[in-house]
Amino acid sequence: MRHQARKPFDQSTIPNDLCPIATEYSVLRTGDWRAERPVVDRSKCVKCATCWLYCPTQCIVEKPTWFEADLEICKGCGVCAQECPHHAIIMVEELEG
Amino acid sequence: MARTIVCDGNEAAAWGVVLSRPDMVAVYPITPQSSLAEYISQFVADGIIQADLMDVEGEHSVLSVLQGACLAGARTFTASSGQGLAFMFEPYFRTPPLRLPIVMCIVTRDGITPQCVWGGQQDAMTVREAGWVHMYCETNQEILDTVIMAYKIAENREVMLPVNVNYDGNYLSYGVERVEIPDQEKVDAFLGEKNTNWHAALDPDRPMGVDPLTGGAGGLGPALFVRYRKGLCKGMQNALGVIAEVHKEWEKISGRSYAPLIEEYRLEDADYVIMTIGSMTGAGKDAVDAAREGGERVGLVKIKTFRPFPLQALCEALREVKAVGIVDRSVSFGWNAGPMYQEVISALYFLNKHIPAVSFIGGLAGADITVDHFSRVIEITSRAVQGEVPSGPIWVNEED
Repeated sequence: MRHQARKPFDQSTIPNDLCPIATEYSVLRTGDWRAERPVVDRSKCVKCATCWLYCPTQCIVEKPTWFEADLEICKGCGVCAQECPHHAIIMVEELEG
Repeated sequence: MARTIVCDGNEAAAWGVVLSRPDMVAVYPITPQSSLAEYISQFVADGIIQADLMDVEGEHSVLSVLQGACLAGARTFTASSGQGLAFMFEPYFRTPPLRLPIVMCIVTRDGITPQCVWGGQQDAMTVREAGWVHMYCETNQEILDTVIMAYKIAENREVMLPVNVNYDGNYLSYGVERVEIPDQEKVDAFLGEKNTNWHAALDPDRPMGVDPLTGGAGGLGPALFVRYRKGLCKGMQNALGVIAEVHKEWEKISGRSYAPLIEEYRLEDADYVIMTIGSMTGAGKDAVDAAREGGERVGLVKIKTFRPFPLQALCEALREVKAVGIVDRSVSFGWNAGPMYQEVISALYFLNKHIPAVSFIGGLAGADITVDHFSRVIEITSRAVQGEVPSGPIWVNEED
């Protein structure tokens, strides 16, 4: 598998008031929106990267033997849990705010 | 060698497109733009223009497709009118903040309802606040030349905005005139390298997110949103100077000179002026000539560039006049006046001047504004100099 992230594009030569582009999730902390959080069962995860591929916010981070969501960004939509072919992800309600 | 043909405004626009060498054209036919779509299709079929022509299912897709093409590095063109433009509004409003230099002709058409397929500027005037540059042409030759100039203006690094080249449906779209087609080499040298996606791109070698969610009530979003809005306003103001420069440069190449922002006609010693936009201007000038022969000190100001609004140029032109009559070809329902009228009286505020101004609305739904109509406009405006100002707009064709 290819490494998950290419080197970000250097946007320093583009005026910062020109138009909305982004090379990283810096503008909006969509993790604030989350009502449920994905929890990965590491014993079931085989690193197939299905969650990484499907995540609409592209917040899945590669770890040594598993993938998990960056909770700063993860909106809690549950697409990863739905798509995981090994049922390694469950959605757990956020009880503390 | 440049060659001369006789053609209508839609064909003139199509030749302007040919000479500008776009990579992609997407169009959906709508009266009175349809024959422009047909000319371009024929030129693509005949190999006169090396562009991809995309047939899509409607105007919303037309402009969405061009946004993608522009982000991928293509020079693009489209055209629309009336209801087609209305259907295009969602991507229309997104194009300027993305700073995509797309060129589009609006072959102006009056707004339904009543059901109407004829000329009028209600369509273009209604979208004047979306951030596109708006230039209105007076002749078919000016359409061809302005389409070419539009690319140079749109792709200027200090501007980076989409440009609408607007011309009157029926009167110019189907009116036939002598038109000179300049040499391809001259246009190539004039336009230079295309410049469409250095700042925002769909390009695997420059991975970036385009148009991320920006805003909310906290974090960096709201301030960033404001920064982009201010940037767009700055690009618009920069366009004023660039439009003037580009017109000068085109004059050197083509030998044809156009007023880039506003045209002043017989303003020397004028006590009062009438204001026009688009193809009605010729009749207005004839009426001014006749009135001058009768001893009236009247002049005419034509607006070519309506967005960005040529505030400074207009203030200079109106500095000494004692009254102004503004002839619109569309209606501002909320003001009971014409849109150009609203903006001209706003400009007068910057002159610290409170002079009589009269709103005239004519040429709706394909109606002609004749020299006789303009003579009446001049007469009513001359009475305004003495303080006799009508309380509402004068509907020029009301008694035709």
